[in-house]
Amino acid sequence: MSEERPNHDGRWTDTAPGPAQRGSADVTDLPAFTERSLGLVIDLDTCVGCHACVVACKGWNTEHYGAPLADSDAYGANPVGSFLNRVHSFEVQPDGDAPARLVHFPKSCLHCEDAPCVTVCPTGASYKRSEDGIVLVNESDCIGCGLCAWACPYGAREMDLVEGVMKKCTLCVDRIYNENLPEEDREPACVRTCPTGARHFGDLSDPSSDVSKLVAERGGIELMPEQDTKPVNRYLPPRGKDGELDVLAPFLEPVAEEPKGFMAWLDSALERL
Amino acid sequence: MVRDPALDTSPKVSDEIRSTTCYMCACRCGIDVHMKNGRIAYIEGNRDHPVNRGVLCAKGSAGIMQVTAPSRLRGPLRRKGPRGTGEFEEISWEEALRTAVDWLAPLRANHPERLAFFTGRDQSQSFTGYWAQGFGTPNYAAHGGFCSVNMAAAGIYTMGGAFWEFGQPDWDRTKLLMLFGVAEDHDSNPIKIGLGKLKARGAKVIAVNPIRTGYNAIADEWVGITPGTDGLLILALVHELLRAGKIDLEYLARYTNAPVLLDSDPDSPNHGLFLRDSKGRELVIDRRTGHAAPATAAGVEPDLSGVLPRAGVTHRPVFHLMAERYIGPEYSPEAAAGPTGVPAGRIRRIAAQLAEAAFDGEISIDRPWTDLRGVRHERMIGRPVSIHAMRGISAHSNGFQTCRALHLLQILLGAVETPGGFRFKPPYPKPSNAHPRPHCGVRPGQPLDGPHLGFVHGPEDLALRDDGSPARIDKAFSWENPMSAHGLMHMVIANAHAGDPYRIDTLFMYMANMAWNSSMNTPNVARMLTDRDSDGDYVIPRIIYSDAYASEMVAYADLVLPDTTYLERHDCISLLDRPISEADAASDAIRWPVVEPDRDVRCFQSVLCELGARLGLPGFVDRNGGAKYRDYADYITTHERRPGIGPLAGWRLDGDGATPEDGGAGRGRPNPGQLRRYIEHGGFWHRTVPPDAAFFKPWNAAYQDWAVETGLYDTPLPYLFQLYLEPMRRFQLAAAGHGHRQPPDELRERVGKTMDPLPIWYRPLLDSVADTSEYPVHALTQRPMAMYHSWGSQNAWLRQIHGRNPLYLPTAIWRRHGFTEGDWARVTSPSGQITVPVAHMAALNEHTVWTWNAIGKRKGAWALDSDATEANEGFILNHLIDELLPARRHGPRWANSDPVTGQAAWFDLRVRIERVDSGTPRHSEPSFPPVNSPVPRAPRDVGGKAKP
Repeated sequence: MSEERPNHDGRWTDTAPGPAQRGSADVTDLPAFTERSLGLVIDLDTCVGCHACVVACKGWNTEHYGAPLADSDAYGANPVGSFLNRVHSFEVQPDGDAPARLVHFPKSCLHCEDAPCVTVCPTGASYKRSEDGIVLVNESDCIGCGLCAWACPYGAREMDLVEGVMKKCTLCVDRIYNENLPEEDREPACVRTCPTGARHFGDLSDPSSDVSKLVAERGGIELMPEQDTKPVNRYLPPRGKDGELDVLAPFLEPVAEEPKGFMAWLDSALERL
Repeated sequence: MVRDPALDTSPKVSDEIRSTTCYMCACRCGIDVHMKNGRIAYIEGNRDHPVNRGVLCAKGSAGIMQVTAPSRLRGPLRRKGPRGTGEFEEISWEEALRTAVDWLAPLRANHPERLAFFTGRDQSQSFTGYWAQGFGTPNYAAHGGFCSVNMAAAGIYTMGGAFWEFGQPDWDRTKLLMLFGVAEDHDSNPIKIGLGKLKARGAKVIAVNPIRTGYNAIADEWVGITPGTDGLLILALVHELLRAGKIDLEYLARYTNAPVLLDSDPDSPNHGLFLRDSKGRELVIDRRTGHAAPATAAGVEPDLSGVLPRAGVTHRPVFHLMAERYIGPEYSPEAAAGPTGVPAGRIRRIAAQLAEAAFDGEISIDRPWTDLRGVRHERMIGRPVSIHAMRGISAHSNGFQTCRALHLLQILLGAVETPGGFRFKPPYPKPSNAHPRPHCGVRPGQPLDGPHLGFVHGPEDLALRDDGSPARIDKAFSWENPMSAHGLMHMVIANAHAGDPYRIDTLFMYMANMAWNSSMNTPNVARMLTDRDSDGDYVIPRIIYSDAYASEMVAYADLVLPDTTYLERHDCISLLDRPISEADAASDAIRWPVVEPDRDVRCFQSVLCELGARLGLPGFVDRNGGAKYRDYADYITTHERRPGIGPLAGWRLDGDGATPEDGGAGRGRPNPGQLRRYIEHGGFWHRTVPPDAAFFKPWNAAYQDWAVETGLYDTPLPYLFQLYLEPMRRFQLAAAGHGHRQPPDELRERVGKTMDPLPIWYRPLLDSVADTSEYPVHALTQRPMAMYHSWGSQNAWLRQIHGRNPLYLPTAIWRRHGFTEGDWARVTSPSGQITVPVAHMAALNEHTVWTWNAIGKRKGAWALDSDATEANEGFILNHLIDELLPARRHGPRWANSDPVTGQAAWFDLRVRIERVDSGTPRHSEPSFPPVNSPVPRAPRDVGGKAKP
């Protein structure tokens, strides 16, 4: 669940399935090569955790690609809806005296080059597009077995309980090429709506793309590289905070210690105006 | 090679886009509503809209679930069972309207003041206020008094505008932004867009807030201040900047009243008042001549330092008093460190950063302009420090003075209306004396003698009856809170129940959830609403309520007038009211029915038009006594407040009766096709401020002329910033015995102390009457970014993000009491107790606990299932907050409000925390009996696409 629930020890608060053992018996093939690697770059220094991306995604993808993202027990004790993108919040306690920090961490499918969710799919419903690297579920072939969700180390896939199919981020494949949309709107719904501009979309295989440059400038990171899934999406780490700046001391050189001295300074300062 | 499945990457998006204005919160972004098969398919931000420029927050995108929410009321209701049970019968609109008129007409004829009409989070206050004025009751206000009037009033009195709707940081130029007490709401998307701009170019953000979430979480520096002490921190920054001479002397001399001369004779009845000439103009010493001259006369160069003896009295400039007060030890960083919890060294570092950004980072734009004294300046010099503040500093009983202190800080730096600083949004700047003064003249059968709300400038402007008692049911503009510019909605029910200052007959409310999250002391308010007198009649005899949803308040109404959702109605977001302007343009906007209601509900403002006509209110009947306005849309289009000025400024008819294609300049005759033009233009109008008028607006001749041309005012209104607020001094003089209008003796000391004309800091009032050692912990609420009070809490998507609200405890409290995950706490305040679930949070002031606001719901409300988390574990802190301060040794209890403005002091709350160690409670306490839902049970599952 994506509750805004700061967690003191830095663990994520979600209850997504944990990393699965990578099996060797691959069932569905990955493309040997993708022409482009479309993905997201998310700036954790700028994300305020507003959930705008979460709901814009929910709205677009309820109405578009595949089955709607339904909500079960929507007004009851345990509402469960499928979301393709969630924001997790966790606290970080830096070493030393610096105060604790809260980091907002939006998470969706990372469109891995070595996507275990694809290779584990028994029907070929999960696949990675050879032209742009987007990982999709072809819902007409999905039997809702849930193996892919278990294989994904990031917990980025969700079973739709009402529709009975596996849902995941499509990178808005039905927006980014959509000729019915103005050109400026041909980007994922989450990117278009992000109020702080913390989400960026582009081709990460092209070193000259804006997103690649941003990753280079800001030291963008892969999520959990030890999983060897080669995620395409990147995160820009939060900048350092709460630093002490004694170099500014000269800016406060006193001109007076008490009101009377201040008046004398004032008179001479006014003379100079 | 893998063959990818066939996929249509260019599906049809929608049949049509209808552009209107969001109302999922008060920020009013432009939205594009995609329609498919006549139904709403998708909502996204309008790229052309000046407020949000295409982006949209979680609430905005979730609006689609609002228009289908099962909590929507379906038709007019009349109470059948006892009040508070929610037992209603559905009636026709004709019956509902007739009932309302039967109740209201005799009141108007005999005792108009016995109607109390309060309109909650209404954004049509220029309309609802007009209706109330026509009715003749003095008892009208909206929700500003319990929201942020401290900020609005302090800003307007000090500098002719405040934060949020009144102004904004210069996001494109600022080098340092400071946030004070900003949660995550106002104003939603513009702040996020602005923070994104700052982050993209590496500008610095310092956030002062006890809680480090949201905007505060991404700030480069977080100052986890102790609640209620921001004013002390700010004045310590002022102390440091003055001491270091890091202030903009030219700016202070030219654009503020710092050089204005004050009568400094302690024995004079005019002590502390301005020296004026025979025409009433404030005087300064002109540096060119050394003689006294009117402060704003042509060519005058005001002197900040000189002293003027006249008629045996020494006259000193305001600036002398400022230096004496703020350079003194009372406001040193060392003095501030204890109460604020911010070490002195840290305060100095912040002051140094302000000084560096403002003066070392000076901006200069080659753009000539002419000031109010006719002096031409070749360049616009900017101090790129900007500040934004919200309820964290406002909702304290020292909030007015704290907000004033913050403006003092901005102005000392020369960082208001200069490039890189804080900028006003038209129709602001507008000085306090250009606003109305409050009116309370009641005559049976007649309209009130003027607008209800306004700005007082001395005791003569108070709303008092001949015997000196308050004229208004909420006691606004009385000695207890003289400058209550927005009224005191939070006191209405308590005062009406107590018959203090008098009894009323009908309480008429709109969009105000007074039986739950919009009242202090919720359990007691429920009791007051249902209390009966010795004859068995309700103490508050009649309650009429309008809401779109089955909120908690509905159950307490005798007559329910169901409103539409925001996607089913007309509205105007008017320059006469709370417009959507940004600093570089005046703007207004509309809503229009992008879908028709599928229920027997009506736009509340249309209902008021109809009631106004049936009651014969002036302004609502035509020459023949018939209804003047068909509905609210008709009012929006045809009403003229002044000749040529109406609710909407765009596409008014010019002198030839033609519609200006570019939207026009703001003035003109009513245009029957106006709404169609707005719809064609994406739902909004805007007129750009010319570049040479973009800064220094209060003093810039080009801006003043543009504002007149645009209809914002009728004649140029240049003015000086009021660092020294003379109206407050007039109240102090009265408290010292001067003048004929005198405060009650029990209030003299308090008026004398709190109405200081230069900003001060004092401890929150509750601290002086409650035992702070018994209640050592501060308790706050914050609004999350993805939820807005009760407007969205029943939203099927948003409640999956914010369906639970534990009380967050800082590490020190968590450890001291041995809390572990899943624990509950008993939280006790001087006036109440709650038992609630807790969670640990480290990024939190160590003396502060907090929770998300208004997630908790009453069982039976909002069409939620009775086992919904909001109605079980969910809770609100309101149960702990009394509308009155604890009893004093002598005299009546005072309101738990700011003594200057009456702003509800929500954040003064103090509590004691104990761990519940006997098993896990199943629900929060207090728990209330469920109300009967006036709407059918919600469906279990939702989803699906917009099919025919």
